[in-house]
Amino acid sequence: MITKEYLGASSIAGPLMVVEGVKGVGYEELVEIKSKDRFTLGKVLEVSGDKAVIQLFESPQGLDPQSLRIHFTGKSLRLGVSLEMLGRVLDGLGRPRDGGAPPLAENFIDINGRPINPFSRAYPNEFIETGISSIDGLNVLVRGQKLPIFSGSGMPHMRIAAQIVRQAKVLKSGESFAVIFAGMGITFEEANFLIKDFEASGAMERTTVFLNLANEPVIERIAIPRVTLTLAEYLAFNHNYHVLVILADMTNYCEALREVSAARKEIPGRRGYPGYMYTDLSTIYERAGRIQGKIGSITQIPILTMPEDDRTHPIPDLTGYITEGQVFLSRALHRKGIYPPVDVLPSLSRLMTKGIGAGKTREDHSDLSNQLFSAYARGREARELAIILGEGALLDVDKKFLRFADVFETRFLRQGEYESRSVIETLEKSWQILSLLPVEELKRVRKEFITKYLDKYLSQVGDVQEENIL
Amino acid sequence: MIKGKVAKVSGPLVIANNMSGVQMFEIVRVGEKELFGEVIETKGDLASIQVYEETEGLKVGEEVISTGNPLSVELGPGIMGGIYDGIQRPLKALRDMQGDFISRGISVSALDKNKKWLFQVIAKQGDQLASGDFLGFVQETLLVKHYIMVPPGLSGKLLEIKEGEFTISENIAILKDSDGIEHNISMMQKYPVRIGRPFTDKLQPDEPLITGQRVFDSMFPIFKGGTACIPGPFGSGKTVMQHQLARWSDADIIIYVGCGERGNEMTEVLIDFPELKDPRSGRPLMERTVLIANTSNMPVAAREASVFTGIAIAEYFRDMGYNVAMMADSTSRWAEAMREVSGRLEEMPGEEGYPAYLGSRVASFYERAGKVKTVGNPGRTASLSVIGAVSPPGGDLSDPVVQATLREVRVFWGLDSRLAFARHFPSINWLISYSLYSHEFEKYFEKGELKSFNNIRKWTLKVLEEEAELQEIVRLVGMDALSPNDRLTLEVARSIREDFLQQNSYHEIDTYTSLNKQFLMLKVISTYEETARLAVQKEVEIEAILALPLKESISRMKEIKETELEKLENLAVKVKELITGLVGGRA
Ligand SMILES: Nc1ncnc2c1ncn2[C@@H]1O[C@H](COP(=O)(O)OP(=O)(O)O)[C@@H](O)[C@H]1O
Ligand SMILES: [Mg+2]
Repeated sequence: MITKEYLGASSIAGPLMVVEGVKGVGYEELVEIKSKDRFTLGKVLEVSGDKAVIQLFESPQGLDPQSLRIHFTGKSLRLGVSLEMLGRVLDGLGRPRDGGAPPLAENFIDINGRPINPFSRAYPNEFIETGISSIDGLNVLVRGQKLPIFSGSGMPHMRIAAQIVRQAKVLKSGESFAVIFAGMGITFEEANFLIKDFEASGAMERTTVFLNLANEPVIERIAIPRVTLTLAEYLAFNHNYHVLVILADMTNYCEALREVSAARKEIPGRRGYPGYMYTDLSTIYERAGRIQGKIGSITQIPILTMPEDDRTHPIPDLTGYITEGQVFLSRALHRKGIYPPVDVLPSLSRLMTKGIGAGKTREDHSDLSNQLFSAYARGREARELAIILGEGALLDVDKKFLRFADVFETRFLRQGEYESRSVIETLEKSWQILSLLPVEELKRVRKEFITKYLDKYLSQVGDVQEENIL
Repeated sequence: MIKGKVAKVSGPLVIANNMSGVQMFEIVRVGEKELFGEVIETKGDLASIQVYEETEGLKVGEEVISTGNPLSVELGPGIMGGIYDGIQRPLKALRDMQGDFISRGISVSALDKNKKWLFQVIAKQGDQLASGDFLGFVQETLLVKHYIMVPPGLSGKLLEIKEGEFTISENIAILKDSDGIEHNISMMQKYPVRIGRPFTDKLQPDEPLITGQRVFDSMFPIFKGGTACIPGPFGSGKTVMQHQLARWSDADIIIYVGCGERGNEMTEVLIDFPELKDPRSGRPLMERTVLIANTSNMPVAAREASVFTGIAIAEYFRDMGYNVAMMADSTSRWAEAMREVSGRLEEMPGEEGYPAYLGSRVASFYERAGKVKTVGNPGRTASLSVIGAVSPPGGDLSDPVVQATLREVRVFWGLDSRLAFARHFPSINWLISYSLYSHEFEKYFEKGELKSFNNIRKWTLKVLEEEAELQEIVRLVGMDALSPNDRLTLEVARSIREDFLQQNSYHEIDTYTSLNKQFLMLKVISTYEETARLAVQKEVEIEAILALPLKESISRMKEIKETELEKLENLAVKVKELITGLVGGRA
């Protein structure tokens, strides 16, 4: 292949560079840009006649357009992948940032990946026990799922992510696990906290970290999610790993996307984000999953902070439209000191039904979770009414629901950061707190389960009530 | 054949020069990889092309070749039970050819050209035939008799017709037209997706599409040949309801289009449908279903095409005389695909960046629904019902796609995230939803056994309205301020909501409710109201009525099997007895 090299760009504006007089340049092609002291990468965003628009992956700071040597490689951006990348901390393009030697690539793979044929997918249905009641009981995570955490600034999403990494297990043995953490625009402290936590729990040796910190150029985070998922696919589908991918913070990724779009003067969609953001995000999130006949899997936990805690903001909104549920964190619960502050009502796991039940968790799991949801919703309604009219205005039965909601928050939702509850413990806790309600109100639970399980816990009601009063 | 060259590449949009003479909506092959594209604008010798595959690596100067054909579907035996991408490439064949990930530039025929089908004749040699007339049929699945029709545009005398085992490309008949030209006819025909198939007459829908979903059938019914939309924020239940409709609707043929949504949702259908049994025939649901899956991460232009591919297949089966129902999840993703291409064309944007022609495109899609008298002999009436999910940003119904859709469809099932949060499913908000088929519904039930369905339906809607008003009052002054009659109304409304409207798609019995059972369930609740109202009049304490051990059995009506409906009748009797008993106790 003839390599094409040109001298000088006609302009650089923000993350975009325009080169004229080019020939035979391909759309999305990787571009290498050499200045006297730097070597930068970019990709072709548009070709039109003899003009190519290039999106830079790194900051253009200090680049002099005239003196650049621009080399069109004829290939798309590829990541050199290898098992050696486990245990390493790398930058947004896969280069070491931990002082170690560059990992030796076993293969080079286009970071854009290709869509999984829906016909090839295997439906995710293997329960992952995270040890966190609000997840295992009500918003179950299964292997191959994409389940984001919708958070806000200052909330403990990183601690929850770390807890999931520490505690997550599947009721099987002899499998290989890996964690890939993509840090996009997060602070040094946040990154450091996670890496230290991975090291302390021994997870680091099977973890790869791709990092772009908050103080580093925004456009350097644009390749990270795809780089991350390229390694994840390699580990999962070539080396049979069960890979847990944590993408934090997707809000920062979307900001970078917006910046590129604005530089291109594209017609902005809602709140200035590009109209194709849904499609762009889907080519990241849909890379989670399982494939028939393959052992490995990719489970994604994207984390995003909702600007102003607004769940209708395009970033959480479009994410929720693509992912298989979401775990919402609530600032109100966080203020009450409840950890993890999971707002279970708007939270959802769309893959829950097929991941639970007899043989997986327990036969009563589905009914129980429906019951907890609806009872808690009713309790919250009663609480609102009580705020306006005083508790005295409530019917007796609504008082019981109100009390249920309180106990649910303090005994079920709240748990220690290092407390891992088995799913059976979580289900037992559910029965205990449901026993606070009149049995005829437990309409979501099949009668046979009530007979089978509830009596066992009724004796403990007194116990629950007392503890709560203390 | 026209040969041009790529002049510009921007995402799915390619502009080619030297293209004069190419037609709008013509299919072209783009570049060395021969990517599929469709001409969507021509200007001078320039053609704008939306490319159905990833354009990565495509260069200025690469060749663009016209095919002379518009985007078309292949129609014939072998289509049932299949899963295709947005331009009808069979996903199974793609998997077999290129592995688990979809790559580019693969030309693969939609239907299996080697499989032999037993063709049984209907028409006779010497018959004078016109397009749409039945030549014969293939029993494609136990559920679907696939009629072979004279293709659109052809007519003449049948010179020859052969019964026996044939592939879909072999000739089964010869037709001689009025100019004396002989046409070979095979079991496969091609038809352009963007043009509706002709029909003789449009008829007024007069039969409900029974879905087995209580909130639909009893409250906001759709009719065969009708249109409906389900708008709602994420997680409110659009997809689950579309799946439920595909599972349980009493249509003959289901076309399900997953348009820009999740891969796993299509996988779920692929896994479930072969195992689920049609409640009427007991056969696997897959035997009457065609799936179009162009998931969110698959090329965006093919997503735009997917709803047309779906509806073209749907119309073909309609023409055989079937009641066809098509679900599109989600039409918003289709509109967004249009927006993306329009943006790259630098067209003048309308609201929210959508192209100004959004409304007319949405209209032209829903207009293809309807109950019709089809072309061809024997004469047949058939229907195509279309149900579109809409995914407005933030669940905001002022969204242009929602608004454009509401102007076209006759049934509106509005989802409500607050209901979804409380796990009230289906989270259809009964106060905002409507069906413009209410009148037809009444007419339909006027005759027949379920005559009193009309009254009971009106009563149900009324109670729910009253509840909304009463709740306002409760919020201001508390429950104590209500009269016993109002307390009763609230209790009845609660029962309608929880014991009737709520329906769990994942419960083996609750997932489907026959119309008869729906009626009996409502009958129990209305009996409760009637007798309780009388009791209150006779000064029975409302608390005493509420304390009766009835709530439990009423709430478990859902779990009663279709084969044991007498239990519901017995329950109504028991309700009456117990409440009247209170009156007796006082007297
Ligand atoms: N009728 C129903 N019965 C039980 N659960 C439902 C029902 N409808 C929705 N759900 C629950 O809500 C979740 C989201 O529904 P879905 O249809 O995927 O939402 P949307 O398509 O609107 O984003 C499902 O995964 C399921 O848990
Ligand atoms: Mg959906």
